[in-house]
Amino acid sequence: MTTGAEAAQAEDTFPKLLLRNAKKFAGKPAIREKSLGIWQTWTWDQVLDEIRAFSIGLSELGIGPGDKVAIVGDNRPRLYWSICAIQALGGVPIPVYQDSVAEEMTFVLKHAGVTAAVVENQEQVDKVLEIRETYKGVKNIIYDDDRGMAKYQVDGVSPIDDVQKLGREKLKNDANAEKAWLEQIAKGSPDDTAIILYTSGTTGTPKGVVLTMRSVVWAAKVANGFDKLDSNESVIAYLPMAWVGDHIFSYAQSYECGYCVNCPESPETVVEDRREIGTTYAFAPPRVYENLITLTMVQMEDAGELKKKMFHYFLDVARRVGEKILDGGEVSFGDRMLYALGDFMVYAPLKNRFGLSKVRVAYTAGEAIGPEIFRFYRSLGINLKQLYGQTEAAVYITNQPDGEIYPDTVGKTLENIEIKVDDNGEVLYRSPGVFKEYYKNPKATKETKTKDGWVHSGDAGFIDERGHLKIIDRAKDVGKLKDGTLFPPKYIENKLKFFPNIREVVAFGHGRDYVSAFINIDLTAVGSWAERNNVSYASYQELAGHPEVYNMIEKHVDEVNQELSREERVAGAQIQRFLILHKELDADDGEITRTAKVRRSFVADRYAPLVKALYDRKKTSQYIKTEMTFEDGRKGAVEGDVQIRDMQPHAPQTMKEAAE
Amino acid sequence: MSAAESVDTNPEVLLDISNVSLSFGGVKAIRDVSFDIYKGEIRAIIGPNGAGKTSMLNVINGFYHPQEGTITYKGSARRDMRPHVAATQGISRTFQNVALFRGMSTLDNIMTGRTLKMNKGLFWHLFRFGPAEQEELEHREFVEHIIDFLEIQHIRRTPVGRLPYGLQKRVELGRALAAEPELLLLDEPMAGMNLEEKEDMSRFVLEVNDQFGTTIALIEHDMGVVMDLSDRVVVLDHGEKIADGTPDEVKSNQDVIDAYLGVAH
Repeated sequence: MTTGAEAAQAEDTFPKLLLRNAKKFAGKPAIREKSLGIWQTWTWDQVLDEIRAFSIGLSELGIGPGDKVAIVGDNRPRLYWSICAIQALGGVPIPVYQDSVAEEMTFVLKHAGVTAAVVENQEQVDKVLEIRETYKGVKNIIYDDDRGMAKYQVDGVSPIDDVQKLGREKLKNDANAEKAWLEQIAKGSPDDTAIILYTSGTTGTPKGVVLTMRSVVWAAKVANGFDKLDSNESVIAYLPMAWVGDHIFSYAQSYECGYCVNCPESPETVVEDRREIGTTYAFAPPRVYENLITLTMVQMEDAGELKKKMFHYFLDVARRVGEKILDGGEVSFGDRMLYALGDFMVYAPLKNRFGLSKVRVAYTAGEAIGPEIFRFYRSLGINLKQLYGQTEAAVYITNQPDGEIYPDTVGKTLENIEIKVDDNGEVLYRSPGVFKEYYKNPKATKETKTKDGWVHSGDAGFIDERGHLKIIDRAKDVGKLKDGTLFPPKYIENKLKFFPNIREVVAFGHGRDYVSAFINIDLTAVGSWAERNNVSYASYQELAGHPEVYNMIEKHVDEVNQELSREERVAGAQIQRFLILHKELDADDGEITRTAKVRRSFVADRYAPLVKALYDRKKTSQYIKTEMTFEDGRKGAVEGDVQIRDMQPHAPQTMKEAAE
Repeated sequence: MSAAESVDTNPEVLLDISNVSLSFGGVKAIRDVSFDIYKGEIRAIIGPNGAGKTSMLNVINGFYHPQEGTITYKGSARRDMRPHVAATQGISRTFQNVALFRGMSTLDNIMTGRTLKMNKGLFWHLFRFGPAEQEELEHREFVEHIIDFLEIQHIRRTPVGRLPYGLQKRVELGRALAAEPELLLLDEPMAGMNLEEKEDMSRFVLEVNDQFGTTIALIEHDMGVVMDLSDRVVVLDHGEKIADGTPDEVKSNQDVIDAYLGVAH
């Protein structure tokens, strides 16, 4: 392994980092997978062995420098290995969202000019085979799970096992095979493309963000340094591999500092698996944290009176002093004792349930998190922080530093990152992590990235007096009412979404007389409420249209209006009319993206009669018929009358008392 | 045994039912019914309510003893048999109304399906020590494969009583599979399920048949499911066999159409 040592001297690509880790962390766990109920572990040296065989096997199949290979599936160790195996050959891995329908996937595969695909199981093999009927480029389909594959006698479809066997045979029969492989790795340069990540895109077709080895390695290094992460951390990989967050977090940062990545048994077992592993470093979109709370609160409603009392009492204590204790503030001895007792009785068991007992740092990103939810976790002693990032930045732009946590900001820039706000309020950033280009899309590249390296984030925000970045909304979404009042839809929507009963909100108001909103109720929370209050319902539609549910949501809207009335800039943007949608917004219908962001204009078009009714004060209900797609791809329709409620706006209040 | 079927490949008959009649007092539940089940096929038994489908299943696994006729299973003829004997000979089943241990977890419920395969004495099992522990580990591994196969990892430790109906049905199938059956009897495996659950269950039935070569006899009301899944269909009405053949043959049979749609007598 002499050449290996030479190659490892420069640690500027992931295959080189792998060679380093196999020596430096030999015997330390690199990746785990729960299989048949038992955690299986691979150490770094074993991982090198697996990847080497895999990689050489791939090159035997004809994959070489510059070749694009799609990776489709849930978080499985062998799919992560395939990333490095491809990179080692000078190829470019392209992870694709595993739940994307064949059309979306066809676009990406064709656009990228993919020549092979590494996929998880039969479902994905079928999808790629379907794509191959129109796009002949995919020569090899390599799969992980052989279930149901016995009958497939198709050219170029083979299991990973066979590819690895091919590699191992080559290694045995050809004394030069390993040397050649290491030489190929040594040739790798930091300017090589590390990965192309297709963004789900709230508008238009997906764009392939090209990130170089230099950017990704840099991002991993900076992030690990910021939170002082080392090879003793343990994380759980459960977010889509095609999402930049997962790539940096479950691949890049792990290779950079050698920590262990754990793959859950199935997407449904994540909560339990997280508890078993006891992750020390966590990364999740706000939705995950929200769901955990909603689930806990719903289950607590079924608990005995005594337990309920105890639970709420200690949560109050935590709310009062928990965050101060976490941030090292001044707290009286009595409160500290009370908090310690609460920790024993409530917080510790709760954290254990969440699988966050051992967590040192937990991040949330992707969307704004509710201040209530954010504080809830922090008050339990979990160091939950926000960060602001983008695919185009290899994630990291700003992070909240320890001890400087404000729920309404996303923190400060990390080292070597610059940000500025332009005249339109849009945030721009520049860092060594920024993307090279959008693949085969120079026009979009030019629009987003300036000549001197500044990238338009597309988000509106400002830097506050503490030097923290505050994001209000998507720059293009911030609108104005007819009378010129500022209308930040997401800001309003997020305020509403922080109520557990509300799952999704779409606010309207740009160019209109007043603000109005579509609301989606949360079936778990509202369903549990209905059960407790003897409200019977047969469908989502019926529950959504129930007058009692309307009353409850009206109260929430009123609270938000009250909050808005206290803020000078948005007091005029109070919600004056709202309705509860008769169906859940769904990615299969194209209403939200795969990462659960609302496609605002699409929704407005699709439910145009409802929007019209919201702005017709005379109308109190509106009939609508909507086509919907079931999970199996078949279509059906829902129809019915949707009620509209009027709200009484609050008079604007000045913020004098808050200014002291 | 009727090897004289008009099939060119000369299939092996796993179970042959000839001239079976079953009555409860004056009620004739099954009248002189004959049909056979080939090894490795999916055989559906359909018919309107009260046609005698579940009685037929109960006869096959030895719960009811027919007054007339013979049943030949794996080449040996019998008139009656106890259910536990049927179980040791490789017949296992699921029930129309889920019959699980509601307070026990999914894992434990499926483990009970392995009982017949455990042969270390009560003494060892009392102490869960030595050979008994070794035995349990082996069976646990087998059960884990079933859990993986049926994709129910997330409810491994959930008490079955807390599960939705569709999942309970899946657990019940898991328990039946745990006995490594040669002949699997499914009594309305999709009853009361929504479309998605039905599709999942259909997939599992096909995969069981495909991967383990298990012969399956199933009762089902959903005609779409029956036509898609089964190799051959036998139709009962008022305890009598009115048709037998491939799904297409049965579908176009006038007697069957009459039995289902009703006809002026």
